[in-house]
Amino acid sequence: MRRGWTLPILAALGFIFLYAPIVSLIVFSFNESRLVTVWAGFSTRWYVALFTDRQILGAAWVSLKIAFASATLATVLGTLAALVLARFGRFRGRLLLTGMATAPLVMPEVITGLSLLLLFISMELTFGWPAGRGLLTVIIAHTTFCLAFVAVIAGSRLRDMDESLEEAAQDLGAGPVRVFFDITLPVIAPALVAGWLLAFTLSLDDLVIASFVSGPGASTLPMVIFSKVRLGVSPDVNALATIIIVIVALSIATAGVILTRRARRGTRGG
Amino acid sequence: MTDTRLAADTRPWRDAQARPFISIRGLSKRFGDFTAVDTVDLDIYRGELFCLLGASGCGKSTLLRMLAGFEKPSEGTVTIDGQDMSSVPPHRRPTNMMFQSYALFPHMTVERNVAYGLLREGMRKADAMERVAEMLKLVKLGHLARRKPDQLSGGQRQRVALARALIKQPKLLLLDEPLGALDKKLREETQFELIRIQETLGVTFIVVTHDQDEAMTLSTRIGVMSEGEIVQIGEPREIYETPATRHVADFIGSVNLIEGRVDVAAGDQMRIDTREAGPVLVSPRAGLSRGQTVWIALRPERIALSRSKPEGTANLHRVTVEDMGYMGYLSSYRIRLPSGRLLRASQSNRLRDEDPISWDEEVWASWQPMACRVLTE
Repeated sequence: MRRGWTLPILAALGFIFLYAPIVSLIVFSFNESRLVTVWAGFSTRWYVALFTDRQILGAAWVSLKIAFASATLATVLGTLAALVLARFGRFRGRLLLTGMATAPLVMPEVITGLSLLLLFISMELTFGWPAGRGLLTVIIAHTTFCLAFVAVIAGSRLRDMDESLEEAAQDLGAGPVRVFFDITLPVIAPALVAGWLLAFTLSLDDLVIASFVSGPGASTLPMVIFSKVRLGVSPDVNALATIIIVIVALSIATAGVILTRRARRGTRGG
Repeated sequence: MTDTRLAADTRPWRDAQARPFISIRGLSKRFGDFTAVDTVDLDIYRGELFCLLGASGCGKSTLLRMLAGFEKPSEGTVTIDGQDMSSVPPHRRPTNMMFQSYALFPHMTVERNVAYGLLREGMRKADAMERVAEMLKLVKLGHLARRKPDQLSGGQRQRVALARALIKQPKLLLLDEPLGALDKKLREETQFELIRIQETLGVTFIVVTHDQDEAMTLSTRIGVMSEGEIVQIGEPREIYETPATRHVADFIGSVNLIEGRVDVAAGDQMRIDTREAGPVLVSPRAGLSRGQTVWIALRPERIALSRSKPEGTANLHRVTVEDMGYMGYLSSYRIRLPSGRLLRASQSNRLRDEDPISWDEEVWASWQPMACRVLTE
C-alpha cells in the first residue's frame, strides 16, 4: 500500500473514538449552564462549587488516604512476591503462588469484591477482626488487587536485570540481605515507583470493590460520584472528573517516563 | 643446575613435590539429566595463570562458578589453600570473580564500584578510598573515578571490573571470558596488560575462554575442556605440539588429520600406512602396536612447499595448489595430494619481493617425520 492519507485518517478516527468523550467532558466542565449538554459560555463556577462541597472533599480525602496506604502496602508485598518468584528458583507451591499473585488481574472485580466481603464478615464472626467495614477493609481489598499489578511490573524488571550484578555483590562479600538493599532495590527502584503510581491510580479509580467492602463513613470518591450521578448528572461532576483525569494522566505519564528512561539507560549501562 | 632450579620455581606443576594451591577432586555438576561438568580433577599452583579452554557449552563456565560458589557441586570437592570450600557461601570465599558481562553496579560511580568489596569488609571509608585510588592507577583509570558505568567505553568498563575484582586482594581471581566483549585490537593490548597486572600482584588467575589465541598468549597452563571433561592439561606449547586427541588437535590451531595403520613400529622412525598419503614416516611413539588404527596430526606450517625438489626429505609428494590465501604475514594454501586428499599448508612470507607459489602450480610438498604427531583417539 502506498503511503497516503489512509493511515493518518484511520489513526485520527481511532483517537477520536478513544478521546472524544474525555475531551467533551473536559470542555463541558467549563460550561456556564446548569444543563450538562447545552453550552452557555466559559465559566469556572463548577470548580468553585466543587471545592465548597464538603461531601465531595471528604470523600476525596478518604480516597487519597486509601490510595496512598494500599499503594504502599501493595508495593512492599508485590515486590516480595516478585522477588520470590524471580529469584528463588523452583520450590513447592511456586505455581500456586504465581497464580494467586496474578489472579486479581483477570478476576472480575465483582467477584473480588464479593469474596473479600464474605471473607471480612466471616473473619469478624470468627475472631472479631476487622470490626465492621470501613477504611481498613477498603485498604486491605485494594492492596490485594493492586499487589498483582506491582508484582507483574517488578517481576519483569527483575527478570530483565542482569543477575550477575547480584552475584558480583555477593562475590565481593555482601550477604543476601545486603545484596537486596545495596543492589537489587536501587536497580529495580524505577519499576517500583511506576508500580506504586499505577497502584495509586487503580485504587483511586475503583468503584466496584470499594462498594462491596466499604462501610459507613468511608465512602470513596468514586462511590460518592456514582450516587450523585444516579440523581442526575450535575456539572460539578464534570469538573471533578476533569481533575481526576489530570491526576491520573500525570501519574501514568510519570510512570511511563520513568520506566522507558530506565530501560534505555539499562541497555546502555549493560 | 641453575636452569633446572629456575624451571622448577616458575613451573611448579613440573615438580612432583610441589603442593597445589587449588585442588579439585572428582567435581561434577548435573542439571537434571544433563551433565555439565563430569568428574574433573585439577591441581592449580600459586601464581599460575590457568586457562580453561573449550567451545561454548563445554562446562568451563559452570566449573568456574563452582569455584566461586554460585553453583553447588553434585559431587566432588574444591580445596583452596588447604581449606575445603564445600560449605562456604560465595560471600565468604577467598576468591573474587570478574564477570563476562562485567556486572558493574549501574547506580554507583567507578570509585564506589571498586570500593564496594572493601566497604563490605568493614574498612573505614577514607582508607578504602585510598586503596581504590591506587588500584585505579594500576588499571589506568584514575581520571574516570567519578563516572558512572554507562559513561565508559567497553575497554574502560573491563578495567573497572578487573579493579573491582582485585581490590580485596583475593587469593584466587576467576575471570569469565575477560576479553570476550572487546574488539580484536583492544583484546591484544589487554592480554599483555592482564599479564602485567597478574605478575605485579602475584594473584592466581583462572581464566575461562573459548579463544585459543587468548589462552595461548595468557596462560602458564591450559586445560582443554570438552563435554564436561578436561581432555588435556598442559603448557601452551605441549597442547599445541603434542595434543592428546584429535579433538584437541583440531580445536587448537588448524591441523591436517590423516588416518592410517601402524606398519613398522621399530627403530628411530615409524612408518604409518595411509590411504591418502601413502606410507608416512613419523617420529616413534611408545605404546603402539602393528596394525593399530591411528591418526597423523600435521600442522599446516610444518609442510614445506617448493618448486625445486628438496634433498633427503622423508615425506615428499608432488602436489597441485588448489587455493591460496594471502594474509600478509603468511600465505595459506590448500594443496591436493595425488590421492585427491586436500591438505592445508602455510608458508610465512619472509621475503618481500618473492615470486610466490600460486594457483594451479605443481610443486613439491614435504615434511619431517618429527613434524607428525601420532594420535590414537
